[in-house]
Amino acid sequence: MSPARKRTVRLVLALSAAVVLASALIYTSFSAANPALSPTQLLRQAQPGRSYQLTGTVEPGSVHRMGGVLDFSVQDRAGTRVVPLAYTGSVPDPFREGREVIVTVQKQGSRFVGERDSLITKCPSKYKTAPPSEKQNL
Amino acid sequence: MAALAVIIIFVLIGLIVLVVGAPLRRAAAERGGSSEGSEAPLRRAELEAAREAKYREIRDAEMDFRTGKLSEADHLALDAELRAEALEILNALEALDAEPPAGD
Amino acid sequence: MAGFGFICLLLALAVCAYGIAASIYGVRTRRWEYADSGRRAMYALAAVLTIAGLVLELAFISNDFAFNTVADTSSRTTPALYRVAAVWSSQEGSLLLWAWLLSLWSSLALFLTRRRLREVAAYATAILLGLGGFFVGLMVFYANPFSTTTPAPPEGVGLDPLLRFPTMMIHPPMLYSGYTLCMIPLAFGFGALLARRLQADWIGAIRRFAFAAWLFLGIGILLGARWSYAELGWGGYWGWDAVENASLMPWLTATAFLHSLMIQEKRGMLKVWNVSLVLATGTLAIMGTFLVRSGVLNSIHAFGGSTLGVPFVCLIGVLIAASIYLVVSRREMLRSENRLDSLLSRESMFLANNLVLVGLCFVIFWGTYFPLISEAVTGQESSVGPPWFDRYTVPLALVLVLLSGIGPVIAWRRATLANARRNFLAPVAVALLALAALAAAGLAHKPLALAMFCLGAFVLAVVAQEFVRGTRVRRAMAGESVPRALASLVQRNRRRYGGYIVHVGIAVLFIGVAASSSFQHASELQLSPGQSTKVGPYTVRYVRPTASITPKYDRAHTGSTVAFGAEVDVSKNGRHVTTLSPSEGYYASGEVSQGTVGSLIGGQPVSHVSIDGGVTRDIWGAVEPNIETGRLKKIVDAGNRTLSSDEAIVAIGLLAKEYIKKPPPAQFHFIVSPLVMWIWIGGLIVFLGGLVAVWPAPSTVRARAAARIRARSPRDLVRA
Repeated sequence: MSPARKRTVRLVLALSAAVVLASALIYTSFSAANPALSPTQLLRQAQPGRSYQLTGTVEPGSVHRMGGVLDFSVQDRAGTRVVPLAYTGSVPDPFREGREVIVTVQKQGSRFVGERDSLITKCPSKYKTAPPSEKQNL
Repeated sequence: MAALAVIIIFVLIGLIVLVVGAPLRRAAAERGGSSEGSEAPLRRAELEAAREAKYREIRDAEMDFRTGKLSEADHLALDAELRAEALEILNALEALDAEPPAGD
Repeated sequence: MAGFGFICLLLALAVCAYGIAASIYGVRTRRWEYADSGRRAMYALAAVLTIAGLVLELAFISNDFAFNTVADTSSRTTPALYRVAAVWSSQEGSLLLWAWLLSLWSSLALFLTRRRLREVAAYATAILLGLGGFFVGLMVFYANPFSTTTPAPPEGVGLDPLLRFPTMMIHPPMLYSGYTLCMIPLAFGFGALLARRLQADWIGAIRRFAFAAWLFLGIGILLGARWSYAELGWGGYWGWDAVENASLMPWLTATAFLHSLMIQEKRGMLKVWNVSLVLATGTLAIMGTFLVRSGVLNSIHAFGGSTLGVPFVCLIGVLIAASIYLVVSRREMLRSENRLDSLLSRESMFLANNLVLVGLCFVIFWGTYFPLISEAVTGQESSVGPPWFDRYTVPLALVLVLLSGIGPVIAWRRATLANARRNFLAPVAVALLALAALAAAGLAHKPLALAMFCLGAFVLAVVAQEFVRGTRVRRAMAGESVPRALASLVQRNRRRYGGYIVHVGIAVLFIGVAASSSFQHASELQLSPGQSTKVGPYTVRYVRPTASITPKYDRAHTGSTVAFGAEVDVSKNGRHVTTLSPSEGYYASGEVSQGTVGSLIGGQPVSHVSIDGGVTRDIWGAVEPNIETGRLKKIVDAGNRTLSSDEAIVAIGLLAKEYIKKPPPAQFHFIVSPLVMWIWIGGLIVFLGGLVAVWPAPSTVRARAAARIRARSPRDLVRA
């Protein structure tokens, strides 16, 4: 094979490999992703066994700690619907009533259970600019 | 307090105009000086960069040979090739030097 | 004062506008005095922004709460050191920091290139002033650091306690230096394309700036990881958070560029690739800056307010469109002068390394922006979590480490296969030995970590072999002693051996990452004084509670009102190992609704982690005391009812006494991570190696070497 031909073959092989890998990546991202839902959407759409990213604010008065489990409810920005859930794992420092949170939940039976260590709390945005908040991680 | 601030602002503006405008004033004073328009200096810079890179390649090849990454035969062949390329660059530089400086 | 600062911003804007016009006019009409004037406009911009910055700093130091940013992020109780750093904790202040750093680094870059690359530098000046003007414009029109409120509030909100750590003070300036330094190669890249001056020397000229960008970005990223590990309460150093990823992406492309740059210098190849990398790095840096402050993605760094989102998206759009247009229209000039001689060459290894790095960047890009992508494609916003990132980045990282071990053994241009095979024998043997030893030690159940350990051993063996061989060569050539030979070897071949040191650092870093993530022991539970638990091989016992009232006993110097914590004894096989003292600091909130006593401790609590760092493992402990229980709550309530705000501190004293006397059970989090320290050590080695690689050879050495080659007449250069 002439050098030019060899180069073309190499290029085609490399490009095909890249395309295949990229497609695998893109495909798995869609199937592995957790939809981000508000409480209203979650109550409407949640299916048991699937994980969802619940975003909202912590409902005042709903925080109870019992042993290693933290019970609290997440409410809509508008305050209309509320999702109670039981969470285990590390709780970020800024967590308190009224703060915005993101937590990965699964519907088990009729209750929602928070995935371990998946709670993220954002700092309050009193002004346009909010300081960074703490984060938790799987 | 406000008066002081205004004075400082004007002094600042003055300084900026002075510093930023200096090249313009200098150029106006020496009107008729040569401008850098010819291609020669650019070509020279490019050739000199290529020459440095080629010297580096020769040294690297020697280092590769001495640390056992190249066989003697391969090194001789590569070295000859690199030196030939270096020669081309040196010849080009010489040719550039030999040229009369390009006119404005 | 504030008015003066704002006028400085307006002045800055005017200077940018003039500089852009002058530079472009100068380069188009070839009247270089205008281009020089444009360059001086950059110096003027740096001066004006320095003055504006000083005004703001002064306001913070003197507690001038008329300034909105001061009132929002500082307070009288914020320690002086953190008041200085609070300048860049707000949106407005951070924009000023960014613009100021940009003007400083640009001034330096333009000063250093003032005699050569006149055309390219003129365009670069215009672009850098344009970027500076963009950020100043954001401040003038959207987020003014000099906005005031009259009458001035008597006290400020205070710096977020989470930021009151030394690492957090240096992290933004380092990171922003990295981001702004990425703008310089970007500007010169655009300049070279616009001026159609794409010959060999422009790319060498920006090497130093690309390296500086790489260095500062890397340090900023490492500092962020260290802060996350040592100060935040979750004990991890990387969470694939959007903002972490945003800073990693330009660093990856910068690393790729530093490698492929060498190929372009040697062989005139990969011009399109290199120019694209430069433009991509700059664009990714702008995207990173944008991500942090737009709130467009759910992240811990929710610097709220989408008011800045639109201008940034426009800027990014312009950068991408301009990049594509310029590269395509100049593609004739970007054609390679040579081809790859052989697949078995260091050039191909560099190319492979580039592909892996860009692949990593693409994976991270996809995962980070996936919420936006999924929303655009499916209408439903979804996000991928750390497991998805790990699944793709870990294999790529393994390949990267492998390549960094293979590369040094392969010669430039055309390696001899037999020699290469022979040179791999010892390192491969070392790797296999490591594999056998670790497997025998029972680590086989974590194959990925095991693979990383073996590859790390492989890289270390390769580099050791290189240093040994090189020293031997040097001794043969010059008869020097071993230490002298080693020193002069590195001095004369800085790029090569500096690069090897960087690879050692990367291997060490990844070994640390693999060990600390795969072999961690963690325990989270509630303990009462006297109780203990086992974490890995260690027994951890809650000895007694602690309480300290600031300022006299504030060990962390962060200005907390009171800190409740624990003394924890760590032992192994009955022998005492160390004592941890984690605590939680409680800060004043300034919210009247919480009561006179409540407001003293109602601010956001911050966990003060206690770490016993060691060469083989870190023992990490955090505590979350419970101060909401019966007796403690009663004290706070009683104090709220009966004490005025001046007397309220008395109740805090009572609270502390009560907590020590009758401590309620507290929530503890313990982690034992092996080899974490090696992550930081590896990072340091990487930066040291980079400095060695880029340090200019002493001119005498360079001149001597060049003279030797030149001294032979051109005829002699072609040996028979």
